[in-house]
Order: sequence, then structure tokens, then C-alpha cells
Amino acid sequence: MHDTPAARPGHDGSAPNPYLPQIATVSEVITETHNIKSFRLRLDDEEARRNFSFEPGQLGQLSLFGAGEATFVINSPPTRKEYLQFSVMRAGEVTSALHGLKPGDKIGLRAPLGNAFPYNKLKGKNLVFIGGGIGMAPMRTLLLYMLDKRKDYGDITLLYGARTPQDLSYAQDREDWLKRKDMRTVLTIDAPAEGWEHKVGLIPNVLTELAPSPENTVAVTCGPPIMIKFTLQALEKLGFQPEQIITTLEKRMKCGIGICGRCNIGDKYVCIDGPVFTYAQLKNMVNEL
Amino acid sequence: MAMNAQSKFVSRDALSEFLAELSARFRVWAPRREGMEGAGAVMYRPFDQAAGVELDKKPTESAKRVLFPPAEALFRFRRETDGGLSLESPPDPGPTLIFGLPPCDARGFLIFDPVYAGSGTAGRAQDTYYLRRRSKTVLIARACSRVLSTCFCHWVGGGPAGSEGADVLALEADDGFVLEAVTPAGAELLEGKALRPAGDKAVKAAEQSRASAQKNMLPAPGISEAPEALRRRFDDAPFWRDEAAHCLSCGACTYLCPTCYCFNMTDEGAGTSGIRLRSWDACMAPLFTLEASGHNPRPDKAARLKNRIGHKFSYYPSLHGQRFACVGCGRCIKSCPSGVDIRRVVTDALGRETASAGAVPGKEKRHA
Repeated sequence: MHDTPAARPGHDGSAPNPYLPQIATVSEVITETHNIKSFRLRLDDEEARRNFSFEPGQLGQLSLFGAGEATFVINSPPTRKEYLQFSVMRAGEVTSALHGLKPGDKIGLRAPLGNAFPYNKLKGKNLVFIGGGIGMAPMRTLLLYMLDKRKDYGDITLLYGARTPQDLSYAQDREDWLKRKDMRTVLTIDAPAEGWEHKVGLIPNVLTELAPSPENTVAVTCGPPIMIKFTLQALEKLGFQPEQIITTLEKRMKCGIGICGRCNIGDKYVCIDGPVFTYAQLKNMVNEL
Repeated sequence: MAMNAQSKFVSRDALSEFLAELSARFRVWAPRREGMEGAGAVMYRPFDQAAGVELDKKPTESAKRVLFPPAEALFRFRRETDGGLSLESPPDPGPTLIFGLPPCDARGFLIFDPVYAGSGTAGRAQDTYYLRRRSKTVLIARACSRVLSTCFCHWVGGGPAGSEGADVLALEADDGFVLEAVTPAGAELLEGKALRPAGDKAVKAAEQSRASAQKNMLPAPGISEAPEALRRRFDDAPFWRDEAAHCLSCGACTYLCPTCYCFNMTDEGAGTSGIRLRSWDACMAPLFTLEASGHNPRPDKAARLKNRIGHKFSYYPSLHGQRFACVGCGRCIKSCPSGVDIRRVVTDALGRETASAGAVPGKEKRHA
């Protein structure tokens, strides 16, 4: 059971301090819904900005000094370099403090963290995006990336739902997505609302009604746990294999580098082994979502 | 390890002089008794000649605080008058020495090492704070000549006179200690003026104390199948409900543990300046994994105990060369206010195929 341990580790002097955020400036604040705001940031250091690279699906830790740090997906795609966008739902202490940010304010950023969507392996595939509520944020990154590289991918369908019309984010994007001829966009809300011209119904039910073919198709989904549970069931009923379903997880995180012990699911750490997992991978992990 | 020519002897009377000598080159930490005479806990503290060193009673806490402080500033932030923001890292730590830690505490750092060195999984980064301290710290371990009923280092690959992880091993001999070098850094420590070569009589006494503690340990059950057994137990809710039934979620087990390395990060201060603090955290606490949405992936104490035991005896071994993340110090057993015994949880997981709260063989043992 016990191998001889490796030589005592030392600090090699060149390793960067993984806890030290880079300083960025808020360039724009977009009020998405009554409790979601999107923040666009630019790293202050020009060289850092030039060298910054990430892949769709990766995470960032936003620091509001004095309030603390919290984890969000980078929801602008790497194909759009003018800013990094993060969407923040007001829920706890740090997110409430973040909601007070104004353009010009300073913020800390540790990014990129974690793995990414397998956007290269998805080339040539049809995609079905299924986003619920704030779960649309990581979908947006990959969707915009694919729209920017449209020729590399097959048919694209987006199913985006929220409780009410007022709970849908990304108004400008939605307008564009609905207009586009090279993708199909379906919006849904939980209960009828005046003036609503789209679907009414829970996401898994609308998905079943749309009945996308699993043929050469991969489904990408993110949303609240209850929606994910029934969406996975609906996808399996439609004939999607677990390898054809990709999701991205959220957990409470602190370090973001696989040490602090909060986000593990058995021996997998959402911050470094994830946040992106296939349903096949999830099925092999312990049941602790 | 056999005695060799490098072995030195230090009498109890000369110990203070030896440590004072070392203090010129190192920040020396040693266990000492706190509080009321005879009643206080034995804690690791910076060496103080007047306060002395406690080497007869096992330290109440582990030595991890020296390399992994209960709270440390990761950086200081300051808002400048021009609207800018500056971050300032703490200065590098100086050379450090821990004297008198039991072998389990020296081995405890070997559990930290791969995690904090960023190995195991891509994306895990080097924890520069831990590594800077680690590379500048030497350990003089003290072999246990007596063992407690809660000690089980031999279950998990250690022993009361084990030298793994130490630079020097001190063995009790008559009115002092025989000091054996384990590493080159340790050999260099034994050149002090307060030391004299270990004579035949001291060497013989040291060999006796090495053997006597080992003799007092009960046979260890084989637990090499624990990783797989715990994986199979994951969804056995009645088993975990029963094992955790007495747990108070106080977290004493995690704070005293030499291998528990989880932490929290919080900010202190606001306005113009403050610090980002890293502090020990406990996976046994209900808030540990609670998300702002109200969702909690480990919603009850059964789920939390399962994660703690699972991490030590299943997840960690699967990531780090099959080594258990437990050194058998027994502090979590000794200091648990409600009698949760980690040995029992592991052997139960290995032994019982089904469990229910109503019929638990040997349940009375918990209160023995």
C-alpha cells in the first residue's frame, strides 16, 4: 500500500503564486434580469491581456477585495477578445457585493481555471443546447464560439428557458439568435405570460416535444439540478447515449486548483477535472451532485 | 534503520542548550504544555527556553500548523488614492525546524506534499506558500516509547519509531535521547556543541525503546481493500447514517488531524486595505459545501463523514499512489466528544455487508 514517497517537494522559484489575482477594470455592466448582471472586464496589464488565452467552458474566480472571491464561467467566447464577460446571479455575500460594481471599478481575476467543452471533438456534429436560467451562461460561451466558427459545426438548436420572460438573460443575443437562419432558437417559460410569443412549458417537456434526433448529435446542457435531472431523462428517452450528453457543473469553490476540498465528487474535483463532464463520466462518479 | 557512527546523544539537561543553539539558525518549534500545570493541552509553539519542551506526552494537536498555519494572509490589498489597486504578497519564510514531533506528525506532511506540490491531476497548481515553508523546514522527530490505545500508525504503514518523513529521529535513552540522522539535512544538524557521540549504553537503551513501543501495539487488521470497500459503500445510506449517528459536526477531528488540509479563503478589512486570509476549514461543518442557492451536495452529517473517511481511505489513495491520507495518530478518536472511531468506520466498511440503524453488531463498543 505504501510506496516510497517522492523526494520532499520544494518551491522551484519560478512557479507563480496561484492565489494572486490579476487586476482588471470593469468596462461595462449589463442588467440582464432582476437578479442577474453581466460584467465585462479588461485586464489592466497590457502584456497579461495579450497573453491571456482560454477555451470555452473554463472558469474564472472574481475577487472583490474586502468581500471575497467567487467562481463563474467566462461566458464570452475566446473568439471575441475585447473583453471577458461574466454573468453573476445575486445569491450570496460576494455576488451581492459584485452587483454594486460600476464601469471603471477594479476587480481581481484568477483565470482560466478548469477544463473546457470539447469544441474540437464536436466539429462536424449537430448541437442541441439546453440552458435553464443562469445555466445559459456557459451555453452562451460555446454557442457564440460555434457561431463564430459556424462552418465547423452541423445544425445548431438552442432551447433556452426560464421561469418568466423577465428571467431570461442576454436580450440582445436572443434577438440575434431568433433572427439567424443558421440556427434554430426555441425559448420557453414555465407559465403563460401576457405578450409571450414563444413556448410555454418546462424545459424537459419542451425538449421532448421538439424531439431532436440523436443522429450525429451532441446535447449540451446546464441549469438548476432539478431541470438537469429531468432533461437527462428526456434526452435518454430520445435515444441520446450518455457519451452524447455534455453538462457543466457548479460547486462551491475556494482555491480553484484542486486543493481546498470543497468541490470534489469522490476523487474528481470540479475545479480541475471539470467543470465540463459527459453524462457517461458522471455515471461513473459517485452520486454526490 | 540501524544506529550508525553519526548517532549523537543529548541529555535532557542539555536539550535546552541544543535547541537554543539551533535557534540561532532556525525558527524552532517544539511541543509544550499550555495552560494550568499538568492540565493544559500540548501544543506546537515557537521554542522558548523558559517554557521548556514537552516530550513525554503526545501533542494534543498535530504539527501541521508550522507549515500550514491556522490562518495566514495570502496577500494584502490596498486601494490607492488614484483609484488603482495593489496586491502585496507576504515575505518569504525563513529556515524553520520542528523538534520533538512524533513520527505520525512527520509522516503527515508526506500526505500534504503531492497535493500542495500540484501533482496528481492536471490543473492542480503549486501552492507556493506551503512549498516555500516546506523546502526550508527540517524535522527532528521523537520516537514514541509509549503508545496510546488510540494509536494505529501501524495500520497505515507507520510505526512508533518510524523515521519516514523525518530528518533526524530521536530515541529515548536513559536520561536523554539518541539522535539518528535520517537525511543529509539531518546529519548536518547533529554537529552541534551540545551533543556528544552516543555511547554503547545509550545506543542499547535506544534500541530497547525502539522495540518496546512496537511490542505494545495490537496486531493491525489488513485494510488494503478499504478504497474499494468504501466505493461500494457509497450509496449505503443506512450504513453512513449509523456510523455518523453520534457525530456532533464539531470538526475537532479535522483541526487536530495531521493530514486534513482543507481550507477556506475569506477577506478581512474593506475600505482602503485588507487581507485575503487562508484559514483551516472543516469538511464536517454543514456550511462547508453549502451553495448560495441553498443547495448542499453534502447535506447531512452522514454525507460529510462519508466524504472525510472516503477522502482519506479511498479518493486520496486513488490519486496519490495508493497511500492512505491517514497516519494513524488517533487524535480524532481521542478528542472526539462523542466517540466516533475512524478505525471502526473503516473496519465496518470492510466487514459488514449490510447495515441498518437497528441492528449493529458491536455497537456497544462505541462507548467502551
